[in-house]
Amino acid sequence: MHGTTVATNTVLTASGAKVGLVTTKGYKQVLQIARSFVPGGLGGWVIFNKSDPLAPLELTIDVDERIGADGEVIRPLDESGLRESLESLAQERIEALTVSLMNAYTNGAHEERVRQIAESVMPGIPISISSEVVPEMYEYERTETTVVNSYIRPVVSTYMENLEAELNRRMTGVQLHILRSDGGLASAEVAKATPVNLLMSGPAGGVSGAIWMARQAGYSDLLTFDMGGTSTDVALIQNGIAQTRRETRVADITVRSSSVDVRSVGAGGGSIAYVPELTKALRVGPQSAGAEPGPAAYGKGGTEPTVTDANVVLGYLPSSAKLGGDLLIDHAKAEEAVSTVGKAMGLSVREAAEGIVNIVNENMFGALRLVSVEQGFDPRDFALIGFGGAGPLHANALGKLMNSWPVIIPPGPGVLCAYGDATTRVRDESARTFVRRFADTDDQEVLGILRELSAAAGSTLDLEGVPKAEQTTLYQIDLRYAGQGMRLTVNMTPEEFETGGLKELGRRFDEMHEQLFTFSLETQRELYNLRALVQGRESAAQGETLPSGNGDPSTAIYANTKIFFEGRDHDASIMDRSALKSGDLIRGPAVVTEMDSTTLVLPEHTGAVDQFGNILIRPNNT
Amino acid sequence: MPAQIIQTNNSPFADVSVDAVTLDIIENALRNARTEMDAVLFRTAMSPGIREQHDAFPMIANQEGKMVVGQFGSFFWGFQQGYEGTIEEGDVFLTNDPYTCNGAVSHLNDWLMMMPIYIDGRIVAWSAMFGHMTDIGGKVPGSLPTDAAQIFEEGIQVPPVKIFRKGELNKEILELILRNCRLPEWNRSDFNAIVAALRLAERRIFEMADRFGVDHLVFAMQEMLDRNKRAMNSILNTVIPEKKQHFTDYIDDDGMGMGPYKVVCTMWREGDLVIFDFEGTDPQSISSVNFLLNEEMFKMFLGTFFINLFDPQILFNDGFYDLVDVRIPRGSILKPIRPAALSSRTHMLGRIFDIMSGLLGQGSPDALCAAGFSDSPHFMYSGYDKNGEWYQLYQIGFGGIPGRPAGDGPDGHSLWPAFTNVPNEFLEAYFPLRIVKYETITDSGGPGLHRGGNGLSMGYQFLEPGEISIHDDRWLTHPWGVNGGLPGQRSDKLMVRAEGETEWMPSKCDRIKVNVGDTLYFNTWGGGGWGDPLQREASKVALDVRRGLVSNEGARRYGVVLISNRSVDESATSDLRRRMASERGDVGLFNFGGTVEELKARCKADTNLDPPVTPVFQKWMGRSSKGAAA
Repeated sequence: MHGTTVATNTVLTASGAKVGLVTTKGYKQVLQIARSFVPGGLGGWVIFNKSDPLAPLELTIDVDERIGADGEVIRPLDESGLRESLESLAQERIEALTVSLMNAYTNGAHEERVRQIAESVMPGIPISISSEVVPEMYEYERTETTVVNSYIRPVVSTYMENLEAELNRRMTGVQLHILRSDGGLASAEVAKATPVNLLMSGPAGGVSGAIWMARQAGYSDLLTFDMGGTSTDVALIQNGIAQTRRETRVADITVRSSSVDVRSVGAGGGSIAYVPELTKALRVGPQSAGAEPGPAAYGKGGTEPTVTDANVVLGYLPSSAKLGGDLLIDHAKAEEAVSTVGKAMGLSVREAAEGIVNIVNENMFGALRLVSVEQGFDPRDFALIGFGGAGPLHANALGKLMNSWPVIIPPGPGVLCAYGDATTRVRDESARTFVRRFADTDDQEVLGILRELSAAAGSTLDLEGVPKAEQTTLYQIDLRYAGQGMRLTVNMTPEEFETGGLKELGRRFDEMHEQLFTFSLETQRELYNLRALVQGRESAAQGETLPSGNGDPSTAIYANTKIFFEGRDHDASIMDRSALKSGDLIRGPAVVTEMDSTTLVLPEHTGAVDQFGNILIRPNNT
Repeated sequence: MPAQIIQTNNSPFADVSVDAVTLDIIENALRNARTEMDAVLFRTAMSPGIREQHDAFPMIANQEGKMVVGQFGSFFWGFQQGYEGTIEEGDVFLTNDPYTCNGAVSHLNDWLMMMPIYIDGRIVAWSAMFGHMTDIGGKVPGSLPTDAAQIFEEGIQVPPVKIFRKGELNKEILELILRNCRLPEWNRSDFNAIVAALRLAERRIFEMADRFGVDHLVFAMQEMLDRNKRAMNSILNTVIPEKKQHFTDYIDDDGMGMGPYKVVCTMWREGDLVIFDFEGTDPQSISSVNFLLNEEMFKMFLGTFFINLFDPQILFNDGFYDLVDVRIPRGSILKPIRPAALSSRTHMLGRIFDIMSGLLGQGSPDALCAAGFSDSPHFMYSGYDKNGEWYQLYQIGFGGIPGRPAGDGPDGHSLWPAFTNVPNEFLEAYFPLRIVKYETITDSGGPGLHRGGNGLSMGYQFLEPGEISIHDDRWLTHPWGVNGGLPGQRSDKLMVRAEGETEWMPSKCDRIKVNVGDTLYFNTWGGGGWGDPLQREASKVALDVRRGLVSNEGARRYGVVLISNRSVDESATSDLRRRMASERGDVGLFNFGGTVEELKARCKADTNLDPPVTPVFQKWMGRSSKGAAA
């Protein structure tokens, strides 16, 4: 099993394939026009520069054909014209081809025929067709998703073939599985054909690991908080299941593909603080000092004040903390950098540092609200699990803002994603757009389609050797009130749908609409997408346990220090996490250091160490 | 008599202070609240104009009604002055009447809802939102009749009413309004969506008051207003000269055969005060192209134009209003007198942005943008389908963003914030339509060092008999180029009937009958070019040609000659460029593509349409602000 960032990095570093695109006549510029959207507020167009599409317009050809909205063939495919255009496209030495024709989500016949012809014209070039990659309505989104698939496909394939070869050389009888963006696992074969489903593989690994660690600590309703150097990822987990959404974003690319609903904000340890001359406001990020030159405290030439520098100034990140290797913390450089902010705002260096930390916490608080409050969830019902290099430093403060307790700091928080990879399940899904008002369909028709979809997804698991008895199916139905643009997803087991049918589906939808938007309507409900999700059995792996202690962590304390919090100094102890025992109670304020991360327990809070090494932080007054 | 505010607690807010960091945190929290208001609305509304195209605008104001977050500036003060009644806890106000809110909304389709937010018996803030309803009755589907002579023809008028009175929905008024709309379920859902957004703002204000304290929150909102004022003061002093700058632009016609209508604006600064004076602007029109321009809204346009360049993270607000004085003559096309029709104000509203570009750029030509896609052209299509069900589409079109100092203008994009197109597969699934073409128009962007974006050609093939409306502009005057850039190509509309006849359609028309198999090509205009096209890298021009955005012949307007494989013929190019540079002589700051008289003279030949006749104004129109105030 393997989680990978190869797909993401291919997009981020613009190092994908040279992609050709075939569209319906009249739609050649589908990616050029996109959704006509210009970001920013009123006047945003003054500074907006649009990046070129991943399938360049000069490598796009159109073909005379047309499928109607109901799937009917309106104009037959002009095969000879197509062949001619493909031959000249082949001269351009493209490395992958995408076919995305109008209304192909209702009928993929023309796309399949285009693929056949293209295979003969340009043998060996991988071809992605939209009716297979993402058979959903909305031509721009479907085309963009299929193009991204083509764009990353050769790189991902090569990477996986190398990995497989290496595995086979070292061990026998090993099957490679790849972690998908939605937290499930796919076989190497499936992953190679639709790598667009791997774009969020990395963050999905972190979330899966968090779920597993938190379950050991006894919590299955969670907010995950993964703070790194340049950005922070957050997600909401209910009942041990991560919320997913039908949209994946990497940089300015958005594709239609299920992913764990991880929201990112440009706030991390490396985020730079500044004070615009004009408004004298304190801004933190989204610009980041990155790995090079990094925060001033790293002494690698950085001079701009970052969140990490603020943590150093406040004593949260002590000089003895290890920064993944032998990097030393330069306290003086951090002070010097942060003092620039202090001067601009008329604050002392420590006040400025606390301001920076408060602002960055506020930005991350916004992201956490997005996945909780804004989706109708009460954060007080959730525990908050903090990981990533900088997460454990800020998690206690975020727990306070959110009122989410306990705050869980798993052991080895910097490398949590490695656990995730070892604990997930084989998964595949099959989906179809099926736009129908309830009055125009019935339980039997919908159930028939759901069963077909479930058989299709199940066959992938069969190929993986997952026995039928270990496969579980979940139906996911996207619907709305006829006339609305958005869809809500209702989950139902096959048994639930067989018993309750559309009536029960409608009831759950109304309830959800009410929870999210404070009202429901009498209007007709309308189905949009039907999906079947088939999963294999969960692994039963368990973490290692710690020896029991007497509740007093004093043997783990190796230094005493002062930290600055809420405008004044507090005495705090610094302890070594590896010396903590099960049952130890860490009285805040305290700083706990380990190989890859540092945990801050705030004044008036206590961290309890459980048998798996998690630190569970709670306020003292509860 | 102004509205009477009823509070059970009239004690003033405590005199507190908020440190700089907390202020930034509150700013952030308010920003998030506004984003959330949008999200709720877009997800639950039904009018495609709101849910797909995002024609809706939220706001949160402080206890005095000054906008702290939002886009179009506050209208609470005007509302409170005009409303004769009480304002109480639990009240929610609804209006769509531009004349009773001084143009805060500028046509009847925009429904504006406002709500005071009370804590412990005192108003601490206001929330408001307006959105464009697909239909509000009146003489044509879509409620935007070009030929309306009076506002009475444009649908139901709702002066400010308490749609919720002390928390209780006034069902009878709501039903009365909905009875007048062609798509009442859409209006009902959009209405609910707006209420949900207002209530969300209320909950967020409650949370913030809990977290920071009511007095601190109120103080912070005031401080945010002051901070804006200080920032804008220094911007305005830097970029607006004391010397008077003039600019004139037009909308081409009124849909009744008259035009163009002239807008004149003069800008100058007197100390810290900046003045925009529209003296010289044409009187109001007899059709519905009038635009009741709210002075505060104009200030907001101005502010956002600048702020993107300085601190884009700032939460832009009303704080700087005192620094700008906007003077609009009463009775002019920008301040028509009731009951003048207003529904088709979109062209004039958009044109204001070109006028602002033209004025502000004169002081600093390096920051000057060309004329852009300064409109939201409408396409409407309605009728009964085979099953006897009423269908009704209202759609906003997009075009070329102008060439700018920052770079080329994107092709077929929107000048309005947050607007997106309606996916064609959605149109085909829900309306009896097939979109046979959706591409930008080759060579329509004005050539320049930075090319103007291309306009968009959208081919609507009709699958049911019905009626259509077209509302567009810039078919006669050009989207102008600047700093040597050439003008963009103008708009046109071509109808190809099922039998093969073709017909050039006027830019503004209603109730045009269409039959199965007819196809309308709705072609919008390109953005003007920025800077000298002869200086544009020849290889970039060649790439545009390979992409089909510029033609071989079009490349010659950049002085670029291509050989058969569409690569640059270097020597022919430098020869041509030298010759063109010497032949064209001096290049002015603006290139309008000819005077209005010249454009009219060659109108028929250029556009296949007769030129509009010069507007005739009635004596009672155009009473200047200096004259009778009535």
